[in-house]
Amino acid sequence: LFLVSVICPSQNYPLYIRSVPTENELKFHYTVHTSLDVVDEKISAMGKALVDQRELYLGLLYPTEDYKVYGYVTNSKVKFVMVVDSSNTALRDNEIRSMFRKLHNSYTDIMCNPFYNPGDRIHSRAFDNMVNSMMMQVC
Amino acid sequence: MEQGPAGGTAAAATATGLGGLLPLLSESEQQRYSELFLRCLPPPEAAAGGSSVGELFRASQLPPDTLLQITEVCGAKRVGYFGPAQFYIALKLIAAAQSGFPVRIESIKNELPLPRFMALKNDSEVHYGTPAELHGVKFQVPHTTLEKNSYKRTEEGDKQEPKSPSMSPICSPPASPSTYQRIPLSYGYGKSRSGLEHQHGAPYEVRHSTHQQDGPSSGNYGPKPALACSTLNRSLSAEREQQDSSTHYSDDPWRITEEQRDYYINQFRSLQPDLNSFISGSVAKNFFTKSKLPIPELSHIWELSDVDCDGALTLPEFCAAFHLVVARKNGYQLPETLPETLLPEYLQAASLKPMHDCALFDTYSESLPGSQQTRDFSRTEKTSAEEVPDNSALLQDGKKDDKQALKVSTALKTIPKEFQHLTVKTAAQESNALKARPRSRSYSSTSIEDAMKKGEEPPTPPPRPQKSHSRASSLDLNKIFQQNT
Repeated sequence: LFLVSVICPSQNYPLYIRSVPTENELKFHYTVHTSLDVVDEKISAMGKALVDQRELYLGLLYPTEDYKVYGYVTNSKVKFVMVVDSSNTALRDNEIRSMFRKLHNSYTDIMCNPFYNPGDRIHSRAFDNMVNSMMMQVC
Repeated sequence: MEQGPAGGTAAAATATGLGGLLPLLSESEQQRYSELFLRCLPPPEAAAGGSSVGELFRASQLPPDTLLQITEVCGAKRVGYFGPAQFYIALKLIAAAQSGFPVRIESIKNELPLPRFMALKNDSEVHYGTPAELHGVKFQVPHTTLEKNSYKRTEEGDKQEPKSPSMSPICSPPASPSTYQRIPLSYGYGKSRSGLEHQHGAPYEVRHSTHQQDGPSSGNYGPKPALACSTLNRSLSAEREQQDSSTHYSDDPWRITEEQRDYYINQFRSLQPDLNSFISGSVAKNFFTKSKLPIPELSHIWELSDVDCDGALTLPEFCAAFHLVVARKNGYQLPETLPETLLPEYLQAASLKPMHDCALFDTYSESLPGSQQTRDFSRTEKTSAEEVPDNSALLQDGKKDDKQALKVSTALKTIPKEFQHLTVKTAAQESNALKARPRSRSYSSTSIEDAMKKGEEPPTPPPRPQKSHSRASSLDLNKIFQQNT
């Protein structure tokens, strides 16, 4: 059980959302949507925080009995949300951080592409490959 | 003199009483006809499918009743299908009709030129891509070489089939590309090389429907017909020399030939006069959008070719991107990953020409080829081949950590000549690493320090950053102490 999503900065809609397994996807979409509130809360609480890599990682947003939600926000307010199974205790905090960092890097690569307009859905094959490899790692 | 067609159609040939025809086919006709036959031929059967033959006949631009007559005369109507014999006879009759002779058996006994077919639509895209659909004249150059490669491939593939009729090309494979090379030119404008202008003619664009694009308005990429003509002539003559190395190019559509490379370099120059600098993303976007490929495909091409993901294209990246655009326009599917022959290091190593123009290192010009060799051996970072352009790019606009890089490159000028060889490499590696992947420093932070240590005389270190705390302690004790004392 694993889901990755990239949320657009301004209008808060997902630019990319991908999960395995693919059934019950709607429930995960809903989870991501509700977690955005928590993300916004954390961002506003930061105030004039230092622009530090560590601050971008928001950590565990909230756990439910089935799954845990992690968040990450970039300096341009692009949010990454990850949902993992609660039973997956093998995933440590460091690994989650590194996964977010990889996501962030791949996202930056997409932004470098002049044919990508910010706000478009992400169709990049490189990004897909990276997410695939991450999913293989987790599951 | 020639081998008869395979198997069961021999009976048909004698049945139509035209068995005596076959010895009359000349060498070139035989090659041409067998190629066309295979083209219309669905692989497992020995007889050509009716619909593709019909297409071919229509492409000959003869009036339909003539075609009907031809079909009758060659005997296909009677036997019900187009065996090799019928097909060859039909082709010969088409040639006769095109030359103005009546459609009769007697006509084909004469010496006739090869039949001409306009704008054959290609169902198996890769094999017979039509030459004309690209942006005016200039793309004839890369296209014919691509086509030559694809012809060679199909040629070799066809040789495996035992039933393929009269494969005299088997004896002399190097010669066949020359025939094939001529054929796309002969489409529509006879056999004249100067017929480049005819490419603008309507039939190609109208017929060819597999790619979405507009007419070949030569304004797309800036008109330079003289350049294209001369490169085309050069390519045809160079193609003879390439015959020996034809196997080198034969199976790789992703290999950039010399003419293509020259063309790409000229296009690069039109966008960016300095060959060692780069083209920014927006400029490149406008340029490639002119090719009328859909945006997702252009996006994918960019992803493939911008290896260091910096939003700009250096010369080798640009060549790779352009080559991919050309290939896509010719019907090739885009690969998932960048082919080896399109990698920047490969392209850079293949042509050292642009490196010598580097203004920044003109005193170090002797060491540049040397440093290039060392670069090839130490491919620790995949963008290692772009050091020199990166350096000039660094100085031109501020990228991340450019202050440090500036210090590095100014320090370079003070280093005595003996060490320039090493420091070009190490400094360039370091600055390249800084520029290309500043964020990956956390992953592999040791490589830069190692590179630094290898230098005989390391450049002066950057000024130490102010001591600041990383933890969220709100009290800045350092400042307080300094203020007190």
